[in-house]
Amino acid sequence: MSGSRAEVSQGVAAQGAFASLKYRKNRDRVVELVLLLAGLVAVFTTIAIVFILVYESAAFFETVTIKEFLTDTLWSPLFDDAHYGIMPLVSGTLTTTFVGLLVAIPLGTIVAIYLSEFAGHRLRETVKPILELIAAVPTVVFGYFALLVVSPFLRGFMPELPGFNMLSAGLVIGLMIVPYIASVAEDAMRSVPRYMREGSYAMGATKLQTALRVVVPGALSGIAAAYILGISRAVGETMVVAIAAGMQPQLTFNPTEPAATITAFIVQVSLGDLPHGSIGYQSIFAAGLVLMIMTLVFNLIGFYLTRKFREAY
Amino acid sequence: MNTSVASTSLEEIRAGLGWRKQLDKLFALLGLLVLFACLGILLMLFLDLVRDGASRFGWDFVSSFPSRKAENAGILSAAVGTALIMLVTAVVALPLGVAAAIYLEEYAPKNWFTAIIEINVTNLAGVPSIIYGLLALGLFVYQFKMGQSVQTAGLTLALLILPIVIVATREALRAVPKAIREAAYGLGATRWEVTKDHVLPYSTGGILTGLILGLSRAIGETAPIITIGALAFIAFLPPSPISGEFPFLSTEWLRSEFTAMPIQMFNWISRPDQAFQANAAAAGAILLGMTLFMNAIAIYIRYQFRKKINW
Repeated sequence: MSGSRAEVSQGVAAQGAFASLKYRKNRDRVVELVLLLAGLVAVFTTIAIVFILVYESAAFFETVTIKEFLTDTLWSPLFDDAHYGIMPLVSGTLTTTFVGLLVAIPLGTIVAIYLSEFAGHRLRETVKPILELIAAVPTVVFGYFALLVVSPFLRGFMPELPGFNMLSAGLVIGLMIVPYIASVAEDAMRSVPRYMREGSYAMGATKLQTALRVVVPGALSGIAAAYILGISRAVGETMVVAIAAGMQPQLTFNPTEPAATITAFIVQVSLGDLPHGSIGYQSIFAAGLVLMIMTLVFNLIGFYLTRKFREAY
Repeated sequence: MNTSVASTSLEEIRAGLGWRKQLDKLFALLGLLVLFACLGILLMLFLDLVRDGASRFGWDFVSSFPSRKAENAGILSAAVGTALIMLVTAVVALPLGVAAAIYLEEYAPKNWFTAIIEINVTNLAGVPSIIYGLLALGLFVYQFKMGQSVQTAGLTLALLILPIVIVATREALRAVPKAIREAAYGLGATRWEVTKDHVLPYSTGGILTGLILGLSRAIGETAPIITIGALAFIAFLPPSPISGEFPFLSTEWLRSEFTAMPIQMFNWISRPDQAFQANAAAAGAILLGMTLFMNAIAIYIRYQFRKKINW
């Protein structure tokens, strides 16, 4: 009797297990669908960004011709005498980016080579987290430095420099992205295999020769990626330029002058209270579209470069 | 004659070697100098910030609303706003990011469709943050009518840090050895059971680290929430999430107007009145402190979890 009870309970258990296996498999399918939807959020976000920028810009370009947008040398969409030439904002963006890169690329590369090839293990393991920590500092804090520390400091020996100028904004942007470039480029150099260095040492090369002629060329695709990352950051940087570079759009490539960038213009407009659907409201989306295209172009160049310089070990 | 040629060239090589070794030392010195110059300048700037704001630190600064008088102004509404926004951001970004990462790491087949999702995640990490602000302004504020509110800001920043959470989670999942998954499959577990009961618990540390790093990025983001229309002068707090009546929880605060720490700081910086600069410095120092604190927690969690797990 006890045997039959055991048999029965075993049968029930088995039946339960089968039922639950079916249930569990169905649950798996539902879960997979939910997870897939979460993954698709990234795709939807991209589509939404492109859609919103193009949709609002399309309304903008009903009023403004593309020719005027690209050739007019004045940008004053909020004034009575409205001009819609994007070039002054582009020139501001390119100038601050250029100044920033002039600082960040040499310094970042030197730091990366030093950390990867020369520094001892302990120094590197201490500095790397610090670099990541610096990368997390809010950009508005860097804006404070640019306007209230760096700009007065520069004016100490350049008395004619205006309080708002692209030079101090660019310098601070450069300082801000040094850790980025150093960190990513260092990762790339570290991943060059050890035997390549050893081959070079065996030929009688010194550390510096090995670094410059073996490691850097070997890691070139990663280093290019680091530079591109830096450029994207500098082009899209908003708070530093909005605070320190000035708000008047001006077609100039002279860093000692004040000028608005694309991002600074968007901030300036957003601070005011523009009615939805007005030309001023649409103009920030047109500016955003240009910014997006600029970032995209730099990223495509970077993608091309990383492909071209990729070394297979 | 042959030997003399050989010996001169050997001497040349020796001389060249000496010179090359000098160059080596020179570069090592240069590298060290540049590294410490960069770190030194940054440290000086941070100390400067703390010194400039030192006069404003205190309970009054934390517990006061913004004011037209610099010495009366405080960060109460900004700090509360930031806390609420971070809450929304974390609640949205954590499940979405973890789910997306699980899909990509554990479920997704290797095909063009998965490749599209992966490329999107990588690209989104490189989109300038102000573009997210424009997306939120056009979509959340005006299409979805969510208003210039705490929920819009939280949602925007959640999208912004989503790539960070996804990448961190994927790394954490990848670090779990295959043997653990196979052992669970061997006992008849389904894929979801393997994931939820075995893989996820092991990767909690990495996921939390990623979330906190993402939040530490979000807490300082200024541009996107300026774009959706944060107000700098808010002399009230959002309605409390806990209410006296049934059901005791209120969602009214989600729709409230808001300000946040970086917005408040930006507003004080851009005032011509010098007295507000001390306020800006104090707010900046607090913001910086929060960011560093969150990063420290993330590093600590990662360390703790690493210590506990021995494969």
